[in-house]
Amino acid sequence: MLTGIYGLLSASFFVVLDAVDVAFTEAAVGAGISGLLMLAAITMTGRSEAPKRHKPLLALLVVFITGGMLIYGTLDMPYFGSFDAPVHQHVAPRYINDSMQEVGVPNIVTSVLGSYRAFDTLGEVAVIFTAGIGVLSLLSLPLRRRSSKLDESSSENSSNSSQKDQMHEQHMVLRIVSKVLIPFILLFALYVQFHGDFGPGGGFQAGVIFAAAIILYAMLFGLDTARRVFNQSIIQLIAAIGLLLYASVGVVSLFNGGNFLDYNVLAADPIAGQHIGILLIELGVGFTVTAVMIIIFFNFAGRREAQQQATERNSPELNVTQANSTEQKGGE
Amino acid sequence: MLLGLYNYWIVVLLMMIGFYIVIAHGNLIKKLVGLTIFQTSVFIFYISMGNVDSGSAPILAEGVARYSNPLPHVLILTAIVVGIATTALGLALVVRIKESYGSIEEDEIQIQDQLTEDKTSC
Repeated sequence: MLTGIYGLLSASFFVVLDAVDVAFTEAAVGAGISGLLMLAAITMTGRSEAPKRHKPLLALLVVFITGGMLIYGTLDMPYFGSFDAPVHQHVAPRYINDSMQEVGVPNIVTSVLGSYRAFDTLGEVAVIFTAGIGVLSLLSLPLRRRSSKLDESSSENSSNSSQKDQMHEQHMVLRIVSKVLIPFILLFALYVQFHGDFGPGGGFQAGVIFAAAIILYAMLFGLDTARRVFNQSIIQLIAAIGLLLYASVGVVSLFNGGNFLDYNVLAADPIAGQHIGILLIELGVGFTVTAVMIIIFFNFAGRREAQQQATERNSPELNVTQANSTEQKGGE
Repeated sequence: MLLGLYNYWIVVLLMMIGFYIVIAHGNLIKKLVGLTIFQTSVFIFYISMGNVDSGSAPILAEGVARYSNPLPHVLILTAIVVGIATTALGLALVVRIKESYGSIEEDEIQIQDQLTEDKTSC
């Protein structure tokens, strides 16, 4: 909850600082997904911290010394918002003055992201993809103790899931509202994806928004339903396709006689080539980001359900006693 | 005119909060939360450096003379998404640690490691 508020706050902070693209991303990531993942992890690991055995004084001392040194270091920095700061003197003027002629995209952030620093962005998409694979390999393994019992208790399993479905059905208002909302969120994500050349937006933001819509669906209609709609293996395929699409644009421009990820050679007119290149790589980025976010969420949520089922099965007596006690309470 | 540096001080403050959480807490999830705060402070550092007085968002339009610096925006835009992906990876690791050690407190995990090492050496 607090991370959500924190994310939203820093997003509005970025708007004030004229960084609309960044604000967009932070609003979707910080306010939506990061809080959700933190909550999921906390429910899986227990929410209480062990009482501290060591005194935090030493840590506090280190922190204060480091902070003091950093603040001393800022004394030589240029003032906030000053136009003649060294940052604004070297690379940025070229982007601001020439990107319209060279790339032909009004949103400078997109042109830098997609064209000038395309190689960097490719690396970052690869990092996201790798993180997705990491989460997949860490969390999609079956729980060790559970795997043998899985077949015996399949009937129990189904009864569990039916209970869960009932639980989801209880939130009537939420379900109907989100049913209306989700198509619009998806549409908005597509708009952000393809309008990134002209306004704030692009593959990263669109991917996160798209994933947020699907996560909302999974939260309200149950993980099993969502898994039926969005097949896991297809999503993994999409993650790989996005990265491959990005890299293959670079390879195609190599074959057309340019440098890697040099879009000028993609079409007869350099500006048209730039447009095609940016559109394609943004599409690739969008694919990968969406798929990786969905993979991460599905694995966290699936892990949690698996853990819950395992604990339920390990302690059936406990469940029975709990049920009895609730019945007694109802009787009273 | 030292007040013109206040953006850096906010960054340092946030960074130190994050740093303190990372080194003072033994709980792995809290460490990750601290790292996230640390990360955000770096984001704010970059973005506030890219800001220009009376500049506008870096989307070319007529009648706008000054734009804020687009380069930090690009770097941070991608860094945010990469950050959430890596945080998720860290959380996944914590979940697995919890499953195999039954605890996410740093010192308890170290004690368990020590015990197993002693057993293997004997």
